[in-house]
Amino acid sequence: MAAPTLRSSTSEDSTRILERLRKRVDVGGGAFQVMLLLSLFITLLVLIVLLGQVLIDGWEVLTTRLGDFLTSGLGSQPEISGIAQGLRGTFYLCLIVAIVAFPLGIGAAIYMEEYAPKNRLTNVIDINIRNLAGVPSVVYGILGLTIFVKGWGIGTITGGSTPLAAGLTLAALVLPVVIITTAEALRSVPQPLKEAGYGVGATKWEVIKDHQLPYAAPGIFTGTLLSIARAAGEAAPLILVGTVTGFITQIPPWYDVTQVRETYTAMPIIITRWVGQPQEGFKVDGAAAAIVILILFVVLLNSVAIVLRNRFESKREA
Amino acid sequence: MNSDLQTSDIQTDTAAAVDDSYVVLDIKDLEVFYGDFRAVRQVTMPVRSKEITAMIGPSGCGKSTVLRSLNRMNDLIPTARVEGVVDYHGINLYDERVDPVEVRRRIGMVFQKPNPFPKSIYDNITYGPRIAGTDKKEFEEIVETSLKKAALWDEVKDRLKDSALGLSGGQQQRLCIARAIATNPDVLLMDEPCSALDPIATGYIEDLMHEIKTEYTIVIVTHNMQQAARVSERTAFFTAELDSENDRRTGLLVEYDQTDMIFSNPADERTENYVTGRFG
Repeated sequence: MAAPTLRSSTSEDSTRILERLRKRVDVGGGAFQVMLLLSLFITLLVLIVLLGQVLIDGWEVLTTRLGDFLTSGLGSQPEISGIAQGLRGTFYLCLIVAIVAFPLGIGAAIYMEEYAPKNRLTNVIDINIRNLAGVPSVVYGILGLTIFVKGWGIGTITGGSTPLAAGLTLAALVLPVVIITTAEALRSVPQPLKEAGYGVGATKWEVIKDHQLPYAAPGIFTGTLLSIARAAGEAAPLILVGTVTGFITQIPPWYDVTQVRETYTAMPIIITRWVGQPQEGFKVDGAAAAIVILILFVVLLNSVAIVLRNRFESKREA
Repeated sequence: MNSDLQTSDIQTDTAAAVDDSYVVLDIKDLEVFYGDFRAVRQVTMPVRSKEITAMIGPSGCGKSTVLRSLNRMNDLIPTARVEGVVDYHGINLYDERVDPVEVRRRIGMVFQKPNPFPKSIYDNITYGPRIAGTDKKEFEEIVETSLKKAALWDEVKDRLKDSALGLSGGQQQRLCIARAIATNPDVLLMDEPCSALDPIATGYIEDLMHEIKTEYTIVIVTHNMQQAARVSERTAFFTAELDSENDRRTGLLVEYDQTDMIFSNPADERTENYVTGRFG
């Protein structure tokens, strides 16, 4: 017998193989993809309709008298009313939240993550903080009213229904979110990075300060700034702690810090009250314009959060 | 110094009879526990100065655990507990008066995966000296000498301010060695320092270990038996066996001897099986 020759595959073989390899229509996968796209589309649609509606309603005010709208105070005539006091109030509230909730929340998170022993008690505390993040904001309003507005002693410091009392209430509201996001960010720090610090003789505090916090910074910034945005938009707790509308006539300058112990109003409250007014000028045009301004304010805060996060992330990655 | 000269524990101490080497780390009856679980047992081995000591053995034999107990890195694991003695120049590192932070400044560590700080090359090296309170005026010199010892100076001298994360894996690992050297330790612990590197980068690291062993005592954990044979003077073989106390496989030290003895004429059958490739 001659040496066996190498046989090429016949065309029948190839046809059979092609049948096995042929692309198949993936019905399930395709349907799933369509559903995913649809859910994204519906979400976007809701957002677009909402934004479109307020833009259309607020268009006249925003285009014809924007400067006047931003600098005028509250009044009985929609044509000459503005949101100056509301902007100032919301600015003060955000400032107080930042000053109070950030250091407290970040500090508590560092303690919980790095120093607290892992036992049943800390576990219970951890779960409770998570639950607090889900408590309705009205409940925080009641807490604020009892403690920061009427609380024996505290009420006299805050001066009752003032930006100080409301700011503390909102700080309590966002505190759990600040703690949770900071804790998550700290938990994401890679173990080898910590070991590198300890390996060259760093103390626990040096490892936290020099390595863990810088690494966790983007996450912490994002979480905390988003929590401010949330505080800026809250109306329910403010109603309970006595934010007023309609009784303020003065527009003190922004830098007048004593105003944190005076009567005040805030953007969400103005919007809520205006929507309840009979005049179209308040109910539709004014409220919509105020909503647009509030949304812009929140978008601005979020943009700052994103910019900060990107800056710190690029720093830690290369 | 007298107490340091107890080298008679080493059974076949033939070649190095008249050297000035002494026992830097004297590990005696070391056991490491994670919670109730005894992970490593019966480790007794003197580590001598100006030598490279290798720890080899199959996965799960506890060699990394032992290495990490030599500079109290295990303290970072909340459940970890150490029994026995690790004498460092005659002082037990687990004495309650000893500060683990100070231990780690004198007994440096290089890890399995290169883990530079996300900072500049310069800041990576100066971090250790900075937290130790070293005068800033000395930083330039520390950076240069450390990088030269780690055989990295020529490659990075023009970009010291660049991020360390832009270096290749092998360069990063040499940077980590330079960073460990910068605090001027006298012992260097290396936990599989080449396992994430290619053969060329591994060669660099091995050469540099040879270079620096005149100044530092090096303990290296390695999975690579050829590496242990190439670089080390002494080798400890660990294995994992059923522990009658807790019915689980735990690590133990089988044999500790001069490297050529371990590879050519091991005293224990388990060592022989491992180094000849019949097991592990």
